[in-house]
Amino acid sequence: MWKHWQAVSGGIVNKKIKPALKPNRILRLHRIFRHGDRPWQGLIMVVSIFIIVLMAAIGWMLWRESSGARFTFGWNFLAPTTNASWDPVNDHFQAWPFIYGTLLTSLFAIIIALPISLGIAIFLVELCPAWLRTPLTWMVELLAAIPSVVYGLWGIFIFLPVVVTPIGSFLAETLGNFPVIGALFAGPMSASGASRLAASLILAIMIIPTIAAVTRDVFLAIPNSQREASLALGSTRWETIWKVLIPYGLSGILGAVILGLGRALGETMAVTMVIGNSIEGSLSLLRPGYSMASVIANEFAEAVSKLHNQALVEVGLALFVMTLLLNILARFLVWRVASRTPQEVRA
Amino acid sequence: MTRFGKLLNQNRIAHARKRKTGNKVMLSLTGVLTALALVPLVWIIVYVILRGGKSINLDFFTQLPKPLGMAGGGVLHAIEGTLIVTLLAGIFSVPPGVLAAFYAARFPNTPLGMALRFSTDVLSGVPSIVVGLFAYAVLVKPMGHYSALAGGAALAVLMLPTIIRTTEEMLKLVPHTLREGSLALGASEWKTSLSVLFPAALNGIFTGFLLALARAAGETAPLLFTTLGNERYDLKAIISGGVQSHQGFFQILDRIVNQPVDSLPLTLWKYAQQPYPERIEQAWAVALVLMLLVLIVNITARVWIQVRTRRMEG
Repeated sequence: MWKHWQAVSGGIVNKKIKPALKPNRILRLHRIFRHGDRPWQGLIMVVSIFIIVLMAAIGWMLWRESSGARFTFGWNFLAPTTNASWDPVNDHFQAWPFIYGTLLTSLFAIIIALPISLGIAIFLVELCPAWLRTPLTWMVELLAAIPSVVYGLWGIFIFLPVVVTPIGSFLAETLGNFPVIGALFAGPMSASGASRLAASLILAIMIIPTIAAVTRDVFLAIPNSQREASLALGSTRWETIWKVLIPYGLSGILGAVILGLGRALGETMAVTMVIGNSIEGSLSLLRPGYSMASVIANEFAEAVSKLHNQALVEVGLALFVMTLLLNILARFLVWRVASRTPQEVRA
Repeated sequence: MTRFGKLLNQNRIAHARKRKTGNKVMLSLTGVLTALALVPLVWIIVYVILRGGKSINLDFFTQLPKPLGMAGGGVLHAIEGTLIVTLLAGIFSVPPGVLAAFYAARFPNTPLGMALRFSTDVLSGVPSIVVGLFAYAVLVKPMGHYSALAGGAALAVLMLPTIIRTTEEMLKLVPHTLREGSLALGASEWKTSLSVLFPAALNGIFTGFLLALARAAGETAPLLFTTLGNERYDLKAIISGGVQSHQGFFQILDRIVNQPVDSLPLTLWKYAQQPYPERIEQAWAVALVLMLLVLIVNITARVWIQVRTRRMEG
């Protein structure tokens, strides 16, 4: 045993210097740390636990930091009302206008972005010539790479006057007079163009890459036998896409939509710059509004009263919970379509 | 053919024609939609280059901002701030991200591995403004002041999921034979991990890191109440002042990272809201610098991985 120890220690330990520990104990320690495997596995395990703790800590910190506001206002804070007040002077806070703004702009953004993203995914997977595929994929992904503030700056000075205001006025004149949906498109269009509609359109541009990328992966994962069977039965290519491929990948596409919705909910800077930042009673898309992320961005650094601060953190907590639930749902849906796909995968 | 048969035949032809036209219309529509989605991309890039290019000059990169309302001056403070904050974010996020990815790739089906994957998914979905709130509560509040350090930590949280996921994917792509060969030669597991798996996956890991960095460099929301902004931040003055008063390395480092700094996106956001036309024009110039920075890093990362994978295949 002693000889073994001498051999593995490379002659550092010799007979003259007695080790502090008994040889067999050293040997046991040596066996444990033999290749440094235990410390290595311990290290990566500790780091993994740290990541998990970090995720939990975000939720817990938001919960703790918003305790005062939760205690004071209870569920009334989040409840839908028509005359909500957000009043830092009198310390009275209700978050409904922000929640409404976030939900409305995100949903409308999805309505615009979904058909376009589907079109992109179909074009990239089913139609596009091979040489064009990579550059087009890159360009669509570059849309996601442009920083949010740059979208905002472009939105304020170019997109609002050139695109949003004409579309808004047009919608106010046409859809504004319809009986039920008229409330959503009630005019007059805000003069500067800063409105929930502007936020929705910018959000749509920003989430197209997310939805398109996931949808494209879903289409790529559909086995070729599905396409061939449909074409062999005499379907046109569009019928194959519409009646076979889309139903086959439906839950994956739904997952992509939810993922996009999650991104839209949390988007801050571009929305803050174009939504108008005002709490008025109107429900219309064409009027200025406010969103949850925007109110945090605008007011948190200047919040003086403790309750104001905590109310803003509670808005953040609500946002966190919403995106958390959406993410879980989206992962589940994408995972389901991925696990159902058999081995044969389109190259 | 009977009259009825003829009619039926005509009907069939008409139906087939309708289907064919529908096919053509819808297929071209997908192409049109793709083009439509690229309109904003081209519009933004071209417009920002044209308008921002007008106010870019050497002063823009080398001077601090002039007082409000005066023309000239630059955004050196913001460029330095962006570099410092993203550097800190890289330092904070890469080691834990890569190590966690080793765990996720090695033990994917243990409870801890699944929890790790779930946490990564959740983290990637957390809105950046919420990460800012978190960093404020964890770092700014206890420290009592805004700092580049807190901003770097906030960005690191945003970068972690991307780094973990790309590293994990790349580690999984390394052929099993390499790993087994190393273990069969008697190399220990950590040695296999660090000197066989890690180099083999390095290209992909680097790409993931660059993509995460590009995203982080453009983020504003998490910096709003962590780095806050500081128009008088001057790296050169801090360093030369520190050297002259014989401060140690760590004292100078502390002064660099432990005070509020500005960053390019933060400056852009502030300038865009100001009523001074010079500031608006500078905002466009900042947008140009920021956009080029992000796009160049992004494209470099993608080209890098393409070239490297092609070389490995060939």
